[in-house]
Amino acid sequence: MIQESTSFVPQFAASSITRLLWLIPAVPIVAAGFIALLKQPHRKLASALATGSLGFSLFLSLVAFVHVVSGWAHGSVVRETVSFTWLHFGASRVDLGWVLDPLAAIMLVMVSFVGLLIFIYSVGYMAHDENFTRFFCFLSLFAGAMLGVVISNSLLLLFMCWEIVGLTSYLLIGFWYQKPSAAAAAKKAFVTTRVGDIFFFLGIVWLFSSTGTLLLYNHGVGSIEPLSLAILSTQHAGLGLSAAGAIALLIFAGAVGKSGQLPLHVWLPDAMEGPTPVSALIHAATMVAAGVYLVARVYPLMSAGMPLTASGDPAGTTVALTVVTWVGAATAVFAALIAIAQNDIKRILAYSTVSQLGYMMAGLGVGGVAVGMFHLITHAFFKALLFLGAGSVIHGCHEEQDIRRMGGLKVDMPLTFITYTIGMLALCGFPIFFSGFWSKDGILEAAQHWSVAKGPFYLLVFGALLTAFYMTRQVCYVFLGYWRGHQAAHESPKIMTVPLAILAFFAIALGVIGTPAWPWFRSFLENRAATFSWHGFAEPGLGLLMLSSSLVVFLGLGLGWRFYGNKSPRPEEPDALEKSVPWLWAPPRDRLYVDEFYGVTVIAFYKWWASVADWLDRRVWGGIVALVAWVFALWAQLNRLLDINWVDGGFDKTCEELSEGGGLLASIESGRVQNYLRILAVAVVALVVILFWSSRP
Amino acid sequence: MTPIFYLLAALTLAGGLASVLLKHLVHCALAVTVAFAGLALLFLQLDAQFAGFAQILVYIGAVAILIVFAILLTRGSDLPKGGVFSKTWFLGLIIAAAVFAVMGWAVLASVSAIPQQNTVPSVTVHDIGSALVGRYVLPLEILALLLTAATIGAVIVAMHEKARPR
Amino acid sequence: MTSMMTTPLAGYLLVAALLFAIGLGGALVRRNAILVLIGIELMLNAANLNLIAFWRYGPHPEALTGMMFAIFSIAVAAAEAAVGLGLVIAIYRHTNTTELDKIDRMKG
Repeated sequence: MIQESTSFVPQFAASSITRLLWLIPAVPIVAAGFIALLKQPHRKLASALATGSLGFSLFLSLVAFVHVVSGWAHGSVVRETVSFTWLHFGASRVDLGWVLDPLAAIMLVMVSFVGLLIFIYSVGYMAHDENFTRFFCFLSLFAGAMLGVVISNSLLLLFMCWEIVGLTSYLLIGFWYQKPSAAAAAKKAFVTTRVGDIFFFLGIVWLFSSTGTLLLYNHGVGSIEPLSLAILSTQHAGLGLSAAGAIALLIFAGAVGKSGQLPLHVWLPDAMEGPTPVSALIHAATMVAAGVYLVARVYPLMSAGMPLTASGDPAGTTVALTVVTWVGAATAVFAALIAIAQNDIKRILAYSTVSQLGYMMAGLGVGGVAVGMFHLITHAFFKALLFLGAGSVIHGCHEEQDIRRMGGLKVDMPLTFITYTIGMLALCGFPIFFSGFWSKDGILEAAQHWSVAKGPFYLLVFGALLTAFYMTRQVCYVFLGYWRGHQAAHESPKIMTVPLAILAFFAIALGVIGTPAWPWFRSFLENRAATFSWHGFAEPGLGLLMLSSSLVVFLGLGLGWRFYGNKSPRPEEPDALEKSVPWLWAPPRDRLYVDEFYGVTVIAFYKWWASVADWLDRRVWGGIVALVAWVFALWAQLNRLLDINWVDGGFDKTCEELSEGGGLLASIESGRVQNYLRILAVAVVALVVILFWSSRP
Repeated sequence: MTPIFYLLAALTLAGGLASVLLKHLVHCALAVTVAFAGLALLFLQLDAQFAGFAQILVYIGAVAILIVFAILLTRGSDLPKGGVFSKTWFLGLIIAAAVFAVMGWAVLASVSAIPQQNTVPSVTVHDIGSALVGRYVLPLEILALLLTAATIGAVIVAMHEKARPR
Repeated sequence: MTSMMTTPLAGYLLVAALLFAIGLGGALVRRNAILVLIGIELMLNAANLNLIAFWRYGPHPEALTGMMFAIFSIAVAAAEAAVGLGLVIAIYRHTNTTELDKIDRMKG
């Protein structure tokens, strides 16, 4: 009954829900197709189609989830796949398919539920926008593609849905394409994630060529099943890596792009140019989580060759996982540093997202799938809550986004304030009541016990401090103090506040399934039985860790309060922290110069290269073409001259001469009979003379 | 070469010369009649009686009259301005002289090659008649056709054209 | 006279040649169309004389070839004179002149 996490014996028979699993992404995509054909005035129909299709997907996801849970409760391992061959070429096959296992089930429910709430929210938020129909078309397409990423069992299908997700992200970031900043941000997002995607694709190709199959799980012969992994971990790929490690790193590069890890994080803050529901759905809860999900999906590959202790627990780690951990930890701190000096409400949340994604990656690296995924799930809820709350604030403040022009909103927008504070506390990891505490602590505990190094642990703790600090700053600026804006603010309509309330509830409630007393989430994912026992808390060092992390959070909150408290500095005044330590303020405010660095290196190189190519094109190739054209023109001129002078001239001359000759001959025809007679007589005489002369003997 | 021959030859030639040299057209017509008469007598002297009489009948009796009629109908009695001879009369003279020279030379050069017989042939009208319907019946018929066509044609050509209604 | 040394045939032939030349000269020299026709008649007559002379003095006069030829020639000449003069009259009616220099509508 108790199965170890590293050896699965999957069920082969696919249940009926698994056979119907393809409907979950397909229905929203088809709905998007229909909405694309609608004209702008059909708003209600568009939003109804989109919301209805996602509601249907949610229903199916819940059915699947229940099925998996019931299977887990009975002690059997549930991993059902349905796959089919799409293309044959030679001896190789391109297979597509989907999989239903605990990981996929949880993600399905999360994505469709949070997505549905955000759809409903958008109906209210985008009500004044004239491109309402187009918005829902893209949203629906995104939802379908994201669900496709979740259930995909074939690397190719996953990549295809991955790319569609990237496309819809581009379309939605640049939704207000008339704004040049929005268009530029969309382009930046697409190009930056593309860099990651190239490495991802290389990884897929390598994996396919090594294992011969694209399917992840395929009755024991899938590309990440033990048989293939055994082969891959023994192949050497140079630089001290095995093939498994190299492929894992390539795939991780794709996740780095999509999830905004260092160094490809630069697109995420700029992506805030899109409408707030887009930021909530795509850049907080789901799309950026796709990178984390990908790493979780191919975790067997990432952990291939990991040395194990006698009882099967990990005793060390692989190169891939080490890289994942360090990148995640570094990103967590890096982004948190920048967040403390931003003034746009959404940008703070964006950098916070980047930081939390770093946490998730680090969690995957040090603790395994369950640890990282738990934080992903809780983060989805409270980050969506925070973004939607920010949207409510922006809406209520008449499209104002600068926190220095807000303030005192706890009076004008009470519901938003309460839900936002819940979300903020969850994000900071306020102890006990909020889900964020449990998920973040899970990561910290795993990091503390990481056998390779303690660095990530200290970085993550520091990051928690910073998180608490900047979130307090934000809340103080926005909700406390007094109003510094122009017009009076007002609360948002129910269609926007009800989803906030629902998300706030989950931000608290989800903590329950991840406590050490009842580690349901972890057990579910790792196919262990979950038991409720207070002894869970009695693990050595756990209590100390919980206490210290709580202290760190309180410290951050306190520092934030001390600096920002109930004060509301005027927008022109410098920030309180800036006043105290100006040298500390400037780099975070300038986003730690990463964009500038790219501008100087990569972009400058490309500009130079583009100008070289342009010069080549215009001067060299263009020159050659012009030369050829000139030669031909010259030849044509020569021909023309020849034609005019020789051919035409000769012909004309001949005709003239003929004409003249004819004229001369025609003058014999004088029309005068006597002349004719004369000529006749002369001719006769001549003839006779000749005849006689020639016949003379 | 009897003197009769010389006389008749002179008469003919004189008539011919006169017909081409005289100014008045009527005089030319009369002169050519004289020439025709001279020729008829020459035929008679050559024992071609039928030809001679035919000559008189046809040429003097018809052709000469025709010529007179034509002169009448074309106001030939008026003298043309600018002379009766064309501007290039000398060239015509040269050509005529050349033609005569050639023919004369041909005659004189070949005179010895022609066998000569001096017996008088006896030709009766009966012979001519039977020859016409015998050996020469085809030319006769064709000639009849020709004469018919010529008659009709001459009438049509010379007829006054009716003014065609437009 | 040169005809003293020649045969009678040669004499007739010479006369015919002379008459022919006169007729040709007349046709070439005179302006009037009718005189051209007169010249042509003279030429035809000269040819007739030639024919009869050859019939008389040549071999086989009993074959009547020459005589027949001459008779036919006379008949044809008459027909031709009729048509030709008719043409001259018709042209006179159209152009009001019989001067050949002025009739050059067939000019090429």
